[in-house]
Amino acid sequence: MNHLDQLEAQSIYILREAYNRIKPLSMLWSLGKDSNVMIWLARKAFYGRVPFPVILLDTGNELDEVYEFRDRYVKEWDLNYINAECPPYEETDPDLTYNARSAARKTLGLKRVIEEHDFRGIFLGIRRDEQAVRSKERVFSPRGESGEWDYKDQPPEFWEQYKTEFPPGTHVRIHPLLAWTEVDIWRYIQRENIPVVPLYFARNGMRYRSLGEKDITRPIESNASTIEEIIEELQTTRTPERAGRTMDHDSEDAFERLRAAGYM
Amino acid sequence: MQDSSSSLDMLRETFKIVVVGHVDHGKSTLIGRLLYDTDSLPTGKFEELKAICDRRGMALEWSFVLDAFQAERDQAVTIDTTQIWFKTPKRDVVIIDAPGHREFLKNMVSGAASADAALLVVDAEEGVREQTRRHGYLLHLLGVKQVAVVINKMDLVDHSEARYGEIVRDVTAYLHSIGVEPSFIVPISAREGDNIAKKSTSSPWYKGPTLLEALDRFHSVTVPSEQALRLPVQDVYHFDQRRIIAGRVEAGVIRPGDEILFSPSNKTARVKSLDVWDAPPLLEAHAGQSIGLTLEEQLFVERGEVISHVEDPPVLSTVFRARLFWLGHKPLEVGKRYTLKLATKTATVTVVGLETLIDTDTLAHRPGTKLERNMIGEVVLRAREVLAFDEHVELDKMGRFVLLEDYDVVGGGLISMEGYPDQRQSLTVKSTNVYSVEHTITRENRVVRNGHKGGVLWFTGLSGAGKSTLAMEVEKHLFQKGLQVYVLDGDNVRAGLNANLGFSPEERTENIRRVGEVAALFADAGFICITAFISPYQADRDRARSAASRIDSEAFHEIHVSADLNTCERRDPKGLYKKARAGEILDFTGVSAPYEAPASAELVVDTDAKDLASCVEQVVDYIDRTFRVD
Ligand SMILES: Nc1nc2c(ncn2[C@@H]2O[C@H](COP(=O)(O)OP(=O)(O)O)[C@@H](O)[C@H]2O)c(=O)[nH]1
Ligand SMILES: [Mg+2]
Repeated sequence: MNHLDQLEAQSIYILREAYNRIKPLSMLWSLGKDSNVMIWLARKAFYGRVPFPVILLDTGNELDEVYEFRDRYVKEWDLNYINAECPPYEETDPDLTYNARSAARKTLGLKRVIEEHDFRGIFLGIRRDEQAVRSKERVFSPRGESGEWDYKDQPPEFWEQYKTEFPPGTHVRIHPLLAWTEVDIWRYIQRENIPVVPLYFARNGMRYRSLGEKDITRPIESNASTIEEIIEELQTTRTPERAGRTMDHDSEDAFERLRAAGYM
Repeated sequence: MQDSSSSLDMLRETFKIVVVGHVDHGKSTLIGRLLYDTDSLPTGKFEELKAICDRRGMALEWSFVLDAFQAERDQAVTIDTTQIWFKTPKRDVVIIDAPGHREFLKNMVSGAASADAALLVVDAEEGVREQTRRHGYLLHLLGVKQVAVVINKMDLVDHSEARYGEIVRDVTAYLHSIGVEPSFIVPISAREGDNIAKKSTSSPWYKGPTLLEALDRFHSVTVPSEQALRLPVQDVYHFDQRRIIAGRVEAGVIRPGDEILFSPSNKTARVKSLDVWDAPPLLEAHAGQSIGLTLEEQLFVERGEVISHVEDPPVLSTVFRARLFWLGHKPLEVGKRYTLKLATKTATVTVVGLETLIDTDTLAHRPGTKLERNMIGEVVLRAREVLAFDEHVELDKMGRFVLLEDYDVVGGGLISMEGYPDQRQSLTVKSTNVYSVEHTITRENRVVRNGHKGGVLWFTGLSGAGKSTLAMEVEKHLFQKGLQVYVLDGDNVRAGLNANLGFSPEERTENIRRVGEVAALFADAGFICITAFISPYQADRDRARSAASRIDSEAFHEIHVSADLNTCERRDPKGLYKKARAGEILDFTGVSAPYEAPASAELVVDTDAKDLASCVEQVVDYIDRTFRVD
């Protein structure tokens, strides 16, 4: 088994553990490269099906290409799709910065959709290498009743015995891609021929490295217009993946606070 | 960094290392330095770090690279495992910073258990300390097989060869005694960068590799394909007409055509295919692969069973010994019960012995009555049901487990069978009475001992619908899982209890009445009692329900074993339909007497639509949901 085979096998194991132990379940589908890989892995794990709903936290502010992609693949992959509309900007904490309030819309949207459907488990395609705070995550990460993350008292997680028992009123976030890196994701997309939103490929010297809402995400300078070129670019770049996500950079601990409050 | 072409890079391996050692001996600093020296810091990170340190009026602190959390910076201790990537000439290294504080053991455990190798950091000035030994011991327990010792802060001891030699003696003496042979012992200064990426001019006496070189010289960890096949069943899928057994191969190799054994149920079957989505089936699957397989024959198997080859099965036992590290806030004590998770199996175990407590500092064994948080000890555990596993020394992945109390993991252990026989040959093990009960034994006492409630599963349905077959299969299954179960059917009831009854309508009603009463007594005694009678009249079944309800309002479960009359007649296992049609049997249900199907059965099992294995699964699932209490 090569490195990608190992990652794939481990993620499938995680998906199957969650599916066996936790009900009801759902998966966040941001439509970005990572969550497309996650859906692909679910189809491998469950023989062509995604046997739980997939959710887009919709701010109404996603890029046009993202919505086009959604409409096409909901059909093609036969997804049980939930469009979770995020509450408007005005309902977020006014003490936060503009960027943080935009992000908080998703946190609130997620909280509501969990409450509405009483989900006990949510799959998220986050990775440890994306951001220092995410590197602290567990594969099965329990959340309190309001979705907050107690990063100072996380359960032990070893020998792949995951936390699948938890008290009523709480839920668990499951991270099947935690051990993957950005390059792993692209190599896997290349190997498996997984479709992605075309915005990742450079046009006129710019491309998106990470997709977020229109108003708080910027493309980066790049000439990488194929997967091969993206992989090559990633071998040499030293710009962090989320550099184009403005919400991370308001203060020293901006992203940490977002996550403690329940952000993805 | 060497060649960056993706095809070559594809072959690079990812190597996971963990960094442990006594608090303040320089773990975080070392990692920050490694990242800087391998040019792995994101653009701007170094400047950001310098700015933060300047703002706080302090010297450059490499450890801030890792200690991403505000909280950690303020307290200046690492509170959790953090994973960071960097590249050596040969490898992509994932590095886990593990904390040194005692109370943070659970986080160290979380990082270290998945590592391919460990760096044990020792302060050159302070030398080997309590946590140095403790972490060394835990690495061994957790299964980390390669360790390099890093003697840090050599700048504080003038890069003294003598001091280096002293610490080498101390640390190797300890590691030897627990069976660990350090791969390298490297003198460094994390702060100054000595012997990390390049050889230090301050320690010309040191002839060994730099730390980066050492990292590249660790062995790659091999997946155990040469070992005996072990494939714990993770789930069984019926998304389409196939019945796919899903799981990950933990050891060995499996191929289509293999004769396999399920443990502990001891069923055998032949592998038909190794199915994959959207691609041709596999010709073989090796350790590490997540797969799905179908069998030549329909078999009811459940999550938790272990697939092996027939000739090389796992150990079966209800009792075993374990070396255990304890993370729980409440101590472990003899007589307490915990939930055990071993591979995909979950079971209830009782602590029947606490043999010794182990002091990781002195390695002394001493007796004790409690295993407190952060302690290590040897225990004997007993399960109500037979478990399938391997000794840890034989097959590590199948010989380790975690224990849960309430919702939390409270300990991890390695299994040894020293002094206990494999029970594969003698599966009928009587469990000893480990609970003290009051003189008056209550229903709760029985529930606690059994791990499930008592109750009646009243099967009703036409002759030939499959009541007895299903009842016997379900009984066998529940018995193996350690449940108290008994089947009442025509044979064992008519032989004695109802020997005086014939087949007139009145006598039939009396027959069912007595069965209802006896079933209720069984339920009261804590048993799951399955009855397999046609019981065609709703009124008779209602009477049986009220008998059981005197004991517990939810004790009675009416289960309609349903099949079309045509099907039953076609099956006609005892030739009764034929006789009834010929007029040789009078008042035969379905032919010459009515069958009142239950209006509101708790469960309907359709033996027409599903094979026996699926029907058994349906009933066992139902019982698991409604009767289990742990
Ligand atoms: N003089 C000197 N100090 C060091 C060296 N490495 C670490 N330190 C200091 O030792 C202290 C503890 O280091 P840290 O990395 O936080 O230790 P940890 O608790 O093991 O992670 C910090 O003040 C470091 O600056 C070294 O090589 N030389
Ligand atoms: Mg530290």
